[in-house]
Amino acid sequence: MNDVALTARQVRYTNRAFWRNPQAAFFTFAFPLMFLVIFTALLGKGTVILNGLPFNQSTYYVAGMSAFAIITACYTNLAISVTFQRDAGILKRTRGTPLPGYDYLAARVTHAILMAVILVAICSAFGAAFYDATIPRGVPLLETIVVVLVGAGSFAALGLALTSVIPNADAAPAVVNATILPLLFISGVFIPIGTDAPRWVDVLGRVFPVRHLVEAYLGAYYGKPFFDFSWTDVGVIALWGIGGLLFAARRFSWEPRR
Amino acid sequence: MSDRVVEVHDLRKNYGDVEAVRGISFHVDHGEVFAMLGPNGAGKTTTTEILEGYRIRSAGEVSVLGHDPAKRERSLKERVGIVLQSTGIDPFLTVTETIEMYAGYYPSRRPTDEVIEVVGLAEKRDTRVNKLSGGQQRRLDVAIALAGDPELLFLDEPTTGFDPNARRNAWEVVKNLISIGKTVFLTTHFMDEAQYLADRVVVIAGGLIVAEGPPASIAGREQMRTRIRFRLPNGAPDPDPRVRRLPDGTSELQVEANETTKTVHDLTGWAVDHGFELEAFEITLPTLEDVYLQLTGAEVGT
Repeated sequence: MNDVALTARQVRYTNRAFWRNPQAAFFTFAFPLMFLVIFTALLGKGTVILNGLPFNQSTYYVAGMSAFAIITACYTNLAISVTFQRDAGILKRTRGTPLPGYDYLAARVTHAILMAVILVAICSAFGAAFYDATIPRGVPLLETIVVVLVGAGSFAALGLALTSVIPNADAAPAVVNATILPLLFISGVFIPIGTDAPRWVDVLGRVFPVRHLVEAYLGAYYGKPFFDFSWTDVGVIALWGIGGLLFAARRFSWEPRR
Repeated sequence: MSDRVVEVHDLRKNYGDVEAVRGISFHVDHGEVFAMLGPNGAGKTTTTEILEGYRIRSAGEVSVLGHDPAKRERSLKERVGIVLQSTGIDPFLTVTETIEMYAGYYPSRRPTDEVIEVVGLAEKRDTRVNKLSGGQQRRLDVAIALAGDPELLFLDEPTTGFDPNARRNAWEVVKNLISIGKTVFLTTHFMDEAQYLADRVVVIAGGLIVAEGPPASIAGREQMRTRIRFRLPNGAPDPDPRVRRLPDGTSELQVEANETTKTVHDLTGWAVDHGFELEAFEITLPTLEDVYLQLTGAEVGT
């Protein structure tokens, strides 16, 4: 079998195991939707000033939670579950078979991206049905698809890179959340960053890829007059992804660390 | 084509300043069960993982099926099955799914049903891995290693942590492997396991091979003195100055004999003359365990 066929086959097994794991399926799938409902229920009646114009917070959260869903599926879940597999010796066993390591990881990443795409689709359907978030057509739809794919791929690469600094499976959730939760808060995922936000939040947020993912998504999904879609955001996300990939290629560990 | 499946010459491995393997040489022939026996920390797993390609040797020559395992070539991995000392299996797939998933990585495979039969998991074929007992998971380890129909199987301490019953079952699995023509490289720290399974044994201690040979005759075992044990009724005198009372306070006596026939004759003659019965009379060769303790004792103690 060639690499593509081997990877595709491995994606099917990964998917089967994923849906039988209640925690993985719950945290990956239920969390973003639950947060969407909670945030819109609590804060969704207000408006936020963006580009000098008032914008519905509930509509905003549809995009915020789509970005959150991409990060949950590709970064959080992938990093935690790959670390678990490493510590359980599953990666080491795989390494002793003829399956090339990159095929195995490609399958994990592909599966994570597929989950992200499904989640974004659910968030979008939810948003269209309940929160006045119309699904775009034409060019903006294509832009949205590019943002989702580049974002999912880049955060998956960063998730794999992160596993190489996680000491063991017990520490995985703590390390993953410590790296991502503060960024989620300063990047406009849970709280829209309006024009009155402190400058340091604005500056710090732009260094990391989360803010760029949120802005790219908003720009592609809703567009003018509230948001400007910029390929620069997509480029920054991709650069982070390439950096993650290079780091993972050098430092990824297939054996348990004890 | 040589019949040598594995050839190792003057293999060394350092971890920093620590020499885990200090220059060992051995070979494994086609179709045999080769056991590496030794206490924990002797260098068994290091040696095995060098042969499997997980670790890089510091010095020496290693050949596995004609390949250098350090190159991690796919063409070698396709011919080798590995059971690591401790490894996980995806907990959410069933036995059949797991075996089929791994079998798909190999160009040649054994039929899944046959593999399941060989390791004795037929009744668990549709059970998820997280519902299997530890012993059953270990058998699935062997099944996974067999799925690609390898020529050579590495079994690194396959029965550590097993209860006696599970160990017997695992041994039957290995016997089954032999009957289907596999070459097996086994490590263990159980003497009886090596004795029961292996055609040839090397004893390794402190990173060096201290003995090598078939289990029956390793380290001159067949020439060692036999041991005769028996019990005497209370109050009976000691029959012979060579006989010692065992220190554990029982009424058991022991004599170690070079000339077994003559010693037995003397003892039984004495007992008949005095009208005593030699109870629990027993003649044994030194066990592999005795040999092993003698060979590795110094290293185990330090």
